[in-house]
Amino acid sequence: MNFLDITKETCPMTFVKVKLQLAKMDKGQDLEVILNEGEPLQNVPASCEEQGYKVLSIEAVGDGKHRVIIKK
Amino acid sequence: MSETAVKTEKKDLTIVCFSGDFDKILAAFVMATGAAATNRKVTIFFTFWGLNVLKKDFGRKALGKGILAKVFNFLLGGRNKLPLSRLNFGGASPSLMTSMMKKHNVATLPELIEAAHALGIRLLACEMALHILELERDDLIEEVEGVVGVATFLNDSENAHIIFV
Repeated sequence: MNFLDITKETCPMTFVKVKLQLAKMDKGQDLEVILNEGEPLQNVPASCEEQGYKVLSIEAVGDGKHRVIIKK
Repeated sequence: MSETAVKTEKKDLTIVCFSGDFDKILAAFVMATGAAATNRKVTIFFTFWGLNVLKKDFGRKALGKGILAKVFNFLLGGRNKLPLSRLNFGGASPSLMTSMMKKHNVATLPELIEAAHALGIRLLACEMALHILELERDDLIEEVEGVVGVATFLNDSENAHIIFV
């Protein structure tokens, strides 16, 4: 699975890195993203859905971090 | 990304970069890359001092033919010489600001400009301002999509938010 940790990134690179990573992938592939609560958790999954990708799961992994699985 | 279905109709975004100030250009590229990453079509139109961001030479170079243009272009410099709009301290501030940005994991201006290219943001240069400063298309980075006038900028931005910095 494709993997991206954006917990050290700040706006707007959180969105930018996810968007560019998804652009590199083939349709049907999954992307695992580790992100922080707050702005990234609120908006990154929502913006992926808006772009027509499917958010398969969101789970807390502790320390305020979340794992999001997105299918292209 | 043409295969993806866009669920929400989003307005385009056009940013006019008139100021060549480091902090304002930074704000412009944050808005531009954020908008492009959330599936909006983004155009940045550079005019007057904003053209410094697009110069191929990032430092100082006496571009142009006439003596005044050469002096202006040398003093203005390129993307590495953009001044802070406040507390510039003779040009020391942008590098101090960049080190503070790095410390807090905030994307630097070159990183944002690179992201803008990767996201397919359109960069346009103002024809009139280029003439005044005696700059040629070849003096600008190759990512610039076109040298255009105000009519093209307005036509392309008919259904867009327009932000002026």
